[in-house]
Amino acid sequence: MASVKDSRRSFIRNVALAGGGLMIGFRWDTVKAKMPSVIHAADTAAATFNSYLTVGTDGIVTIWSPNPELGQNIMTSFAQIVAEELDADWKKVRVLQAPLDTKRFDRQLTGGSGAIPHSWMRLRKAGASARHLLVAAAAKRWGVPASECTTELNTVHHKPSKRSLEYGALAEEAAGMTLPEEVKLKDKKDFKLIGRPLRNVANKDIVTGKGIYGIDFVREGMVYAMIQRPTAFGTRIKSVNDAKARSMPGIIDVVRFKNYVAVVGRSTWEVLKARKELVVEYESEGPALESTADHERLQKEMLDSDKLTVRRKNGDVAAAFAAAAKIVKAEYQSPFVVHSPMEPMNFFADVRTDGVELVGPTQTPGSARSQVSKLLGVPEDKITVQLTRLGGGFGRRLRNDYALEAAELSSIIKKPVKLIWTREDDMTGGIYRPSVRYRFEAALDAKGNMIGYKLRGAGVNADNSTREDNFPSGAVDNLLIESADHKSPITTGAWRAPTTNFLAYAEQAFLDEVALAAGKDPVQFRLELLDRARKKPVGAIKYNIDRMEGVIKTAAERSGWGKKKGVFQGFSVYFSHASYVAQVCEVAMKDGKPAVKKVYAVSDCGPIINESGARQQVMGAIVDGMGHAMYSRLSFREGRPQQTNYHQYRLIRMKEIPEVDVYFMSTDYDPTGLGEPALPPTGGAVANAFFRATGKRLYKQPFINDLGG
Amino acid sequence: MPVYKLMVNGKERKVDVADDTPLLWVLRDHLGLPGTKFGCGMGQCGACTIHLNGSAVKSCLLPVSAVGTSKVTTIEGLSAKGDHPLQLAWDEEDVPQCGYCQAGQIMTAAAFLARNPNPTEQQVMDAMHGNICRCGAYHRIRQGVLAAARKKKK
Repeated sequence: MASVKDSRRSFIRNVALAGGGLMIGFRWDTVKAKMPSVIHAADTAAATFNSYLTVGTDGIVTIWSPNPELGQNIMTSFAQIVAEELDADWKKVRVLQAPLDTKRFDRQLTGGSGAIPHSWMRLRKAGASARHLLVAAAAKRWGVPASECTTELNTVHHKPSKRSLEYGALAEEAAGMTLPEEVKLKDKKDFKLIGRPLRNVANKDIVTGKGIYGIDFVREGMVYAMIQRPTAFGTRIKSVNDAKARSMPGIIDVVRFKNYVAVVGRSTWEVLKARKELVVEYESEGPALESTADHERLQKEMLDSDKLTVRRKNGDVAAAFAAAAKIVKAEYQSPFVVHSPMEPMNFFADVRTDGVELVGPTQTPGSARSQVSKLLGVPEDKITVQLTRLGGGFGRRLRNDYALEAAELSSIIKKPVKLIWTREDDMTGGIYRPSVRYRFEAALDAKGNMIGYKLRGAGVNADNSTREDNFPSGAVDNLLIESADHKSPITTGAWRAPTTNFLAYAEQAFLDEVALAAGKDPVQFRLELLDRARKKPVGAIKYNIDRMEGVIKTAAERSGWGKKKGVFQGFSVYFSHASYVAQVCEVAMKDGKPAVKKVYAVSDCGPIINESGARQQVMGAIVDGMGHAMYSRLSFREGRPQQTNYHQYRLIRMKEIPEVDVYFMSTDYDPTGLGEPALPPTGGAVANAFFRATGKRLYKQPFINDLGG
Repeated sequence: MPVYKLMVNGKERKVDVADDTPLLWVLRDHLGLPGTKFGCGMGQCGACTIHLNGSAVKSCLLPVSAVGTSKVTTIEGLSAKGDHPLQLAWDEEDVPQCGYCQAGQIMTAAAFLARNPNPTEQQVMDAMHGNICRCGAYHRIRQGVLAAARKKKK
């Protein structure tokens, strides 16, 4: 693994020693993406620039990828953007994972599907600047105008004189040229790499079993540790008997801190075995320990109360409902679910007197560092964080609780330590997708127009469980959106497409009910609402009506909406994380039972960077969205999670996946993220298709409980 | 603790561990072979799949004392140059997302294809049912197995 100890200056010097070449420094931390500059190997002014792209004298193009890679394919797509503007030969591009370096990088995190929108222009300008200099160097050498030169595959050509030079041969000279104020970016129609299905740059390491994940990291002299955490939320340690655990072979120490008992030993298995021998008694912290039945009751009480927080209000809902010809009302429920990335939580920490070294899988390395700094009272500049590849994240690794545990433990035992969670630790240790119950009400006039809309969300540690400005807000005259939340000891956090991962299903299933009650086709009903929002917007509209309409119409067209025999179709559309996705799910009868056969997905996220990665994100999001809607649920009894591993907690498997048809709209907006937006619509499309097949509404996830099987 | 002589990826390796130590942890902690992954520890997810005399086995449930003289193959030893048809197909079909489960997926598929070189899509899905991919890369895993089968035939 790359050493994190290289300071910026030694990194620069290293490049110089390697024979010079062209190094472009560019800033990540300005919104307008200031122009990049050339960095000279010995130039101390390099400190004012914070990221580097190099073209070596051997022609190798190196780009540092700052963001944590967890399967969203960022290492490949970032490099692809740079290589495009540089006209690089993709075979000569090398991508390196950068360590945490807030001086060099900005927004070094993975979350919110935000990396591509943030970095799009920065990366393009960096690539274009390097290209400009290489062309200038060639033009100077040949004594021809730069405008007569063209570039292709790491080579500058001067076609009139049939001369060409490879980038490597020009790199050193290019480093001496001056950059203009602005460089010209390519016209999108000239893109050769952007949009192409280039393969994941990490494929070879992955398929040959290279130790690239946090859990694979080893350091000479490190010890292994596992922590016994409270078995129920809302309890604390009453007593610990660790005599047997201490006596087990390979055990170095048993340490109690906070509400933890850590077993430290020389191998994972020895630690795992000894931990089972701990005798820890817990006692309640005070309030009653919560069960799933309590949550159901509390959520109903919140929905019936008059103490909800108003999130958005338009018009007069009371009057609209009083005047309604028809009222539709329904409630939708979601359970807690676990993020469950395949790589269990783990982190390496070495807390020494001269500083702290952290290595491991995190979506937010900057936050890991600042939290450890605060916890241990060590200044941030004495803490390094090396990023490893993440075996999935789904939001779980936005939180660094396990990194903090490792750091605190290392500071106590004064040894480098590798902390590992088991699957049971992960499933029972918290940070879940919160449980939510929604109540929807719609008022229709005699013509079937929706004249009133009410949404109440009641969550357990869900904060605001609504997205008050999303569709259909803006399209209904009288609207009231409110939320209430119960504060629970059960820890929750962002789960892939936070809130919308469940809200979208509930809302899109409810709109299907309303369309039916209005006697309208569900697609037509949505289009009418959008048309209404365009012609006579009600309050602020924070989604793009044209783009939403675009994906709706295209999905209807591609799926043959309403024209197919032998399948039952369900529709859904959602805007989240700045992208628009419409889906049509098809359910067909198989052995007398309804089964999901196919999902059509139409996405508008601007231009696609990597066609293969983008398709994969959509297919994976649909499998994820359908899987959790169909099968997954974590329940509680007196604060204790009732499912502890995959034998009780069901995840979707290969035999259960639908066929997926992926289509991307060709639009001229700047690219937006795709890690999350294709997930939210799936649950609704699936529920609506099941309704068509069975006549039964699915009001509660996981659907399998109502479908049987 | 007893010393075990194991045949791993064609080489004899000695380890001194408790007899109930799962082969998974012997590979990862003692033999420096991190390619075999820890996922659930109870044979439910398949991330730890290796070959024992060519059969796919979940190494998290296999105590080292039960290995005996059986030949152990891990993802690191599946091919000399990373060019097993499945490894090539995984790159060509661009299968991995996070990639963590993929060693287990490939090892399951490799043992399956050795017995059934010409599988139907349904047979592939049956064979791969014990391997979870949390990213949901199942479509391409299936494509990858079928593509590797076509490669083998050539």
